[in-house]
Amino acid sequence: MADNVLKVEHVTMQFGGVVAVNDLSMEVNKGEIVALIGPNGAGKTTAFNVITGVYAPTNGRVSFNGVPMIENHPQGKMKKNYLGEDPEGYPAKIVKTPDQITKLGIARTFQNIRLFKSLTVFDNVLIARHMRSKANVFSATFKVNAMEEKENREKTMELLKLVGLESSANEISSSLPYGKQRRLEIARALATQPTLLLLDEPAAGMNPQETDELSEFILQIKNQFDLTVLVIEHHMDLVMQISDRIYVLDFGKLIAQGTPEVIQNDPHVISAYLGVQDDE
Amino acid sequence: MVKKKIKLRDVILSILAAGVFCALLAYYQYDTGTSHSYAISILERSAIYAVVAVSMNLLNGFTGLFSLGQAGFMAIGAYTTGILTIPVNMRQSVYYMNGIAPWLENLHLPMIPALLLGGLFAAAAAALVGIPVLRLKSDYLAIATLGFAEIIRALLAAPMMNTITNGSFGLNNIPGFQNIFQPMAIAAVCIVLMILLINSSYGRAFKAIREDDIAAEAMGINLFRHKELAFVISSFFTGVGGGMLAIFMRSIDTKTFQVTLTYNILLIVVLGGIGSVTGSIIGSLLINGSQEWLRFLDEPTTVPVLSSLFKPGFRMVIYSILLMVVVLFWRRGIMGTNEFTWDGLFGLFRRKKKTKKAGGEA
Ligand SMILES: Nc1ncnc2c1ncn2[C@@H]1O[C@H](COP(=O)(O)OP(=O)(O)OP(=O)(O)O)[C@@H](O)[C@H]1O
Ligand SMILES: [Mg+2]
Repeated sequence: MADNVLKVEHVTMQFGGVVAVNDLSMEVNKGEIVALIGPNGAGKTTAFNVITGVYAPTNGRVSFNGVPMIENHPQGKMKKNYLGEDPEGYPAKIVKTPDQITKLGIARTFQNIRLFKSLTVFDNVLIARHMRSKANVFSATFKVNAMEEKENREKTMELLKLVGLESSANEISSSLPYGKQRRLEIARALATQPTLLLLDEPAAGMNPQETDELSEFILQIKNQFDLTVLVIEHHMDLVMQISDRIYVLDFGKLIAQGTPEVIQNDPHVISAYLGVQDDE
Repeated sequence: MVKKKIKLRDVILSILAAGVFCALLAYYQYDTGTSHSYAISILERSAIYAVVAVSMNLLNGFTGLFSLGQAGFMAIGAYTTGILTIPVNMRQSVYYMNGIAPWLENLHLPMIPALLLGGLFAAAAAALVGIPVLRLKSDYLAIATLGFAEIIRALLAAPMMNTITNGSFGLNNIPGFQNIFQPMAIAAVCIVLMILLINSSYGRAFKAIREDDIAAEAMGINLFRHKELAFVISSFFTGVGGGMLAIFMRSIDTKTFQVTLTYNILLIVVLGGIGSVTGSIIGSLLINGSQEWLRFLDEPTTVPVLSSLFKPGFRMVIYSILLMVVVLFWRRGIMGTNEFTWDGLFGLFRRKKKTKKAGGEA
């Protein structure tokens, strides 16, 4: 029996008339690398935003290591008539906020890079250590936590070395070239000490060689930090090379799932991608 | 940032500068030959406004929360400090119109505890206001805090508060500072505390919220808790600043804490640079200094064309224009988000020299 880390059940996310994600169910097991693929606008990023608590979905549930993060709940007037039956079908309610979800061990990167732009590369990563700090505002102000602060700075430098940014530590993060910004986002996500890492198009804008290196890197950090990884990507080489399993979304709906071999030969997938050129 | 080695030269220069400044203060304080009350009052007022400006900057510049409640929180601090420090034997004469509440009659605190209590009351008020308001978008915060400040003013002047706040008569006979060192030292302590906070991991979390709240939240930072924290701490120091203003002015009433006070602080913050502590200090010195130099603008003049312009309030017009010019053309203010460094200062001179040379050769 596989022990699933992340469980997404019947999630639907509507924006006005647009159904961005339609009845999506998926599971990610411990130690796996799972890819979420699909044409542009398929709803992949929206799925990430639901998992990390940024959007409250219209319907569905999400749990992480058995802890519910989004549940169905009768709300408002519905509560009066609720008799304790299975809440399936009731609107979804966020149980954990994004910061709580991060604390539980899910870290993410953003498709449209969201660094702390005017801060240094070093501070971008250091900030991610704040959440796990035991210091309160007084002990932090009066530097009672100097030991912890020193350790955080060392960890930050280690992570920057890992992604090859140690020489840019004092640069302002927005001045970095695109590729380095993406690596910085990964370092920052790792600094939160996650067990599940969500990567939203980490290879966007990279050439084949860089993409290859990134594949290696993802495998490396997966082993080094004992991670489970869920990755959205358009680069099929990377997807096929590193994933254990793949989910394919099209117009918000799951159209296929399985191992890379299965997906490569799935007629639904081939037709969904037909005419949709690899946009890189 | 990665920690940099502190240069010996900078340490020596800083100690020297502090020494020179203290010597200047001592000169003003102890030279009895000429009256320095004018310079002393500018310096003291600058120090007080600097405390409030830095605390406003903590919120607006470092956390990205635009609050306009400064005058309200200052009023809370000022009234608390004022009421508690007026000597007990003076109270009957201060409250001669309305009388004083019996429980308050003998309640007296020395200056420092009174200031602290003023700050704590302001912080408590901020905590209450913050709970509903900080969940809203930032634009609403400005409106809500502006309204809050006016409500505080109305409450302080309300008839049922007469026996506590002395209503529209205000407070007087508040003991002033004993010497110029007192306000300077209190201001320095407040500002140093805020700098330490800004450089701590909480300060970094505040900056993260300012930069990108979605990313900050994804880094595990609880947005509401940190915004509330910044708001409460900022209001604490604003309250202390208000208390200092009461001690400095020695008599206050609710008119002291009109919106124009917030406006003055905002001007200092914007001029100095939103997100720069040293900018706020420099801004405070400039605005308070120029306020005295530009006083003639408020006085009637006999010069034909100008006589219709120069009347009380004209100074405010000039300041408004200045604020607009800064916001439109010079948004970074004097310091931007940088802090004063000796390297920066020497760099400035070097650059000037270079341009001079280049000019000479041409
Ligand atoms: N906040 C939002 N408000 C309204 N519509 C949205 C919002 N976010 C996403 N959508 C819509 O939902 C659909 C799915 O978008 P999403 O960003 O999830 O796609 P994606 O699979 O990540 O695509 P891409 O590969 O281009 O990144 C799109 O039609 C998009 O316009
Ligand atoms: Mg996307």
